[in-house]
Amino acid sequence: MSVISPTMRRRFRPDARIATIAEAILIPVGALIVAALVFSVFLLVLGKDPVRFFGLVWTGGAASAFSLQNTLQRAAPLILTGLAFAVPARIGLTLLGAEGALVLGGFTAAVTAIPMIQAGWSPWIGLPLVAGIAMSVGGVWVGLAGWLRHYRGVNETISSLLLTYIAIAIMNFLVEGVFRDPGSTNKASTMPLSADWRIGDIPGTSVHWGLVAGLILAALLWILMERTTFGFSARIAGGNLRAAQAQGLPVGRLAIASCAIAGACAGLAGFFEVVAVHGQANASLAAKYGFTGILVAFLARQNTLAVVPVACLFGALAASGGLVQRRMDMPDATMLVLQGIIFVTLLVSETFYGRLPFFRTSQSGDRT
Amino acid sequence: MTATQAPSLRTFHMSKAFGQLQALDDISLDVAAGSFHALLGENGAGKSTLVKCIMGFYQADAGQVMFNGHEAKVRSPRDAHALGIGMVYQHFTLVPCLTAAENLVIARADTPMVINWKTERKRLDAFMETMPFQVRLDALVSTLSAGEKQKLEILKLLYLNQRFLILDEPTSVLTPSEADEVLGVLRDMAHRNDVTVLMISHKFREVKTFCDSFTVLRRGKCAGTGDARTASIAELSHMMIGDAGLRPPATRTAAPKSAPALHLNNLSARDVEGRHVVSNVTLTVPAGQIVGIAGVSGNGQSALIEVLSGQRALESGHITVGDAAFSPTRRNFDRFKVFGLPEEPLRNAVVPRMTVAENIAFRSFDKSPLANRLGILSPARIRKRGAELINKFNVHTSSPDAPIETLSGGNVQRAVLARELSGAVDVLIVANPCFGLDFASVADIRGKIMESRNKGAAVLLVSEDLDEIFELADQIAVMSEGQITYLAATADTDTMQVGQHIAGHGK
Repeated sequence: MSVISPTMRRRFRPDARIATIAEAILIPVGALIVAALVFSVFLLVLGKDPVRFFGLVWTGGAASAFSLQNTLQRAAPLILTGLAFAVPARIGLTLLGAEGALVLGGFTAAVTAIPMIQAGWSPWIGLPLVAGIAMSVGGVWVGLAGWLRHYRGVNETISSLLLTYIAIAIMNFLVEGVFRDPGSTNKASTMPLSADWRIGDIPGTSVHWGLVAGLILAALLWILMERTTFGFSARIAGGNLRAAQAQGLPVGRLAIASCAIAGACAGLAGFFEVVAVHGQANASLAAKYGFTGILVAFLARQNTLAVVPVACLFGALAASGGLVQRRMDMPDATMLVLQGIIFVTLLVSETFYGRLPFFRTSQSGDRT
Repeated sequence: MTATQAPSLRTFHMSKAFGQLQALDDISLDVAAGSFHALLGENGAGKSTLVKCIMGFYQADAGQVMFNGHEAKVRSPRDAHALGIGMVYQHFTLVPCLTAAENLVIARADTPMVINWKTERKRLDAFMETMPFQVRLDALVSTLSAGEKQKLEILKLLYLNQRFLILDEPTSVLTPSEADEVLGVLRDMAHRNDVTVLMISHKFREVKTFCDSFTVLRRGKCAGTGDARTASIAELSHMMIGDAGLRPPATRTAAPKSAPALHLNNLSARDVEGRHVVSNVTLTVPAGQIVGIAGVSGNGQSALIEVLSGQRALESGHITVGDAAFSPTRRNFDRFKVFGLPEEPLRNAVVPRMTVAENIAFRSFDKSPLANRLGILSPARIRKRGAELINKFNVHTSSPDAPIETLSGGNVQRAVLARELSGAVDVLIVANPCFGLDFASVADIRGKIMESRNKGAAVLLVSEDLDEIFELADQIAVMSEGQITYLAATADTDTMQVGQHIAGHGK
């Protein structure tokens, strides 16, 4: 029913976009605040001081140059795995495959670099090649989940999660078998990369170049999703599959392509873990960055630019974990509890979009 | 179960506002015991709001309900059921995979943890003996026809001893003969003082034939009330739409035969369970003509539209436009100038959370000038073009940037029209374009469809509204159980003949 008078009819309200953006910022922030309150109750029950806890998170995550660098160091892979969840989510796919693509990407980076080092290749040629291989392997691995979804109707959430466990098992199998460095006695690992094949830190910091790669990819993927026909098609398919079909859009190809992009991001994260952090591939590659990335993307509302600050927030939580553990005498799992609470409040907050009265953009809804 | 007396119901000065919208404004309704009362009005006039207030889904801001002469406080549908007020909704609320008997038993508020089917069955049989019509109790609901399902919905209310029946457009899913049967039974029961019926409708014929009295709502206000048997259709429609008068039907002009025709050759398609929902459909839609497909929903019309628009795989057969083979891809939609107005636009045509301007750009976002050759979009141009078409097609929206889900149904459909009909159209595929829309929108939309036809487009129209088909179509086909069972020029047929084929009684 429309009760708009003819004189009002053409006066467009300019604030519709602002209301949408405000909603997209305020609701996740509200969810974070609620999560912090719930977690404070948890701390009080344990007899710990919440104020001290959040103070320590600040000290350990952001207060000094050292802690800030520590935060950014951990944020780098989270940006990439956050992107790996966010891009397919825009087309309506819930993929839990980033961890697997990260592990396989890192592993292939480690094992393909060795023969290049032995053949005496320059790292300037070899490293980009290795990065490309890692991204391709990750892309194919997660793309497989998209392919299964489109051609065989297999639920992509389940298949990508199971593919993650397969990927970890494959890496462990090969690292402990044919690719094991005989010198790695404590922990089965591949051959370590030589020093000139290790990617160093950004000059003047202790943060590796993976952060820059993450920032560039976040910006590129934002342009891809918001400013190209590919992204527009993906948003149509993600918002209403039947409408996308009726527009003749190639929904299958779009889905597989966004899965492959996701896998490539995670594979690149694996590449940086190997060439910048570990220097070799071993079981520590499976450090759950892929799963934390899901949380990052959720809090960023699938916006690839927003993934960056959110990844830094989670990086800070991770960076301050050790400090909290030592100063407050709390177990390592404390941070996981906080992450879990954030995830639950975020899921609940999803139901508030479009329902808060002050964000309503129109009164001309039809109520009959 | 003892039959109680039919109750009476009155509302006094009911008002209800949603934000700035006054949905109900001082409505007083008087339904006498044992009467069949019609509640008339355009979409958005407040009919549904009024019955939802009576049923306790909404709380009225002001006013009161008197039930059988006593003031009734209805705070929830549960309270309404306890009083004996029951409602039949526009769409079925039966569980399809259970039998009719099981549906009746689970509807009881006091269904026991363990159901003793022997005693339940005895009670049901005894109950059915007192009823004027029967439904096969052991049949699965999914195997019942629409008419039987509607009867079962009514039986369900009577089984729960609800004697004040509210029916929300109960005949929209029925064939004309099924509708007449159900309404006739209800009228007889009311006149025997078994029940009181309040029926929401916008079909004048049904109101004139079956109802005793009526109330008309217009824009939330009471626009008139009286005796349904003596009121003329002109009076009723004047009360419903006010001084605007009846809209003239869309004018038909001889069309140039320049565009190619749409041919469907032996099309077949299956549903997810592998059943044939479209079987061997062959139909030609000539340029400059509207071919209307009539039928009760669920007989394959939607599936046929889905096949043509790429939402359902074609199993066999082929589609041609002119002489060229056609498959529903984006390139072909553009090459053959094929456009569509699917049914339920929020489900089939738009992305609810994207903006109005973006939704209007769905056909053109990947072409110049909205995108360059590298595939980079221009949001400013999308917005500008959206604003132009919003003005041209008279879409009421607060902004081109408002999510399209905030628009009313008629305006969503206008936005889809703006997208699909702003350029040259050779083939137009339309399904139930006016379902649930108000008079003004209906006139607009039918006018635009006719305009496309007059410009030479081949138009395939699927509709459950026979009046719409007779108004628009040059040829009428009937689809039943996935097949075309009847085809005739509109001039050579009438509602009776088409109705018989719809009901499956064709020669």
